[in-house]
Amino acid sequence: MSRETFRLTVNGASYEVTAPDRKTLGDALREDCGLTGTHLGCEHGVCGTCTVIVDGRPVRSCLMFARQAEGAQVRTVEGLAKGDTLHPLQQAFIDAHALQCGFCTPGFLMLIVGALEQDPDMTEEDLAHVLSSNLCRCTGYASIARAALAAYPRPAPAAE
Amino acid sequence: MKAPPFTLHRPATVDEAVALLADLADEGALVLAGGQSLVPMMALRLAYPPDLIDINGIAGLDRIEVSGDHLVIGALARHHDFRRPVAPGPFGALLAHISGEIAHYPIRTRGTFCGSLAHADPASEWCLTAATLGAEMVLQSQAGRRAVPVAEWFEGAMATVREPEELLVEVRLSRPAEDAVWGFYEFNRRAGDFAIGAALAGYRLEGGAMRDVRIGVGAVEEVPRRLEEVEAALEGEAPGPEAFRTAAEIAARAVEPLEDFATPADYRRDLAVTVIERALLEAGADRPDQRGMAA
Repeated sequence: MSRETFRLTVNGASYEVTAPDRKTLGDALREDCGLTGTHLGCEHGVCGTCTVIVDGRPVRSCLMFARQAEGAQVRTVEGLAKGDTLHPLQQAFIDAHALQCGFCTPGFLMLIVGALEQDPDMTEEDLAHVLSSNLCRCTGYASIARAALAAYPRPAPAAE
Repeated sequence: MKAPPFTLHRPATVDEAVALLADLADEGALVLAGGQSLVPMMALRLAYPPDLIDINGIAGLDRIEVSGDHLVIGALARHHDFRRPVAPGPFGALLAHISGEIAHYPIRTRGTFCGSLAHADPASEWCLTAATLGAEMVLQSQAGRRAVPVAEWFEGAMATVREPEELLVEVRLSRPAEDAVWGFYEFNRRAGDFAIGAALAGYRLEGGAMRDVRIGVGAVEEVPRRLEEVEAALEGEAPGPEAFRTAAEIAARAVEPLEDFATPADYRRDLAVTVIERALLEAGADRPDQRGMAA
């Protein structure tokens, strides 16, 4: 099994990682970068809990090997707040009670931030489809949708 | 679960990639593009490649370009790259619509069009698109290049004529007539799941009659394909709910449906009729984004 040393750039900081090729980006973030905000759930791309942003696009970090992120800009939940000021979406999650156990929360935050930065013009319906990407076993999703809409207000649908 | 151990190779050029394939394909090396099907298969221990040849670092493979009568789609064009029209008129709008039906947003940002054709899942939206519109798969190995028409591409579920040492470098998707109208409909039980029935339908209107009718069905049989019996029943007819229903019902006799623990063959047979009818109804609906250039 080959083992390589390479660098990952996460939230603007550089980390040296020595890992076997099979190590996923999600595992490397947690174990080698010490960034345990990213949670691993199903580890085969279904639950979305491990979602991070790579070069501007939200991706499942369990479906990318760590070495594939060499040279890329990776963003995780640790990079959302500016010092003591939460990201508007983080504050909206608190205000809308969009989390209970909190396990899926980092994935939802990075999913919503990543998708709306990529496609700022998306409609409320598009946003609902985006939210269907990730699983939450506690909230029933309605409060997550409310938080997303509070942080990223969508224009009312055009009248027919 | 974690993927079984393997060695990751990161070639910088297509030549390097095909050289690696020439060396390692016999031992089971696989190409890693978007990885949204292959990596889960490895995590579930359904695939044990000793080597992965990661093509994500190869410059220029992400191109999507109109060229004459087809659209050139490079091996690293992601599903996500089709969300805004990549070609003028109804063709670009159709591809945008279909791309939005593939899995979920963060899967689409990584998964690739060519990867879908190489993986050849019966439920693949892009395999259905290629089978219905027509396409050529361009394969490269150290022996050179060859182009395989879509009619000869699929050998069965998740099986194609690609040789292990060949890299699918691009797909040339045929451009439909500019005045054709299209509809796509897929059914699954939850948003983003694999389709259990999907149809792509299109036609041109000439003096009130349907011409050049295309009906493709996917996720029903091992391989997506056009249903010539259904196309023939619509050719020359006036579009409308009754004509659509009558023709779609022919599909029930034409298909040999897949069966699995959750979906009996008869259910898929009924679904084939429904998805074709709904795709036709969508094609027939007058929507500005689907109108031809002449409209």
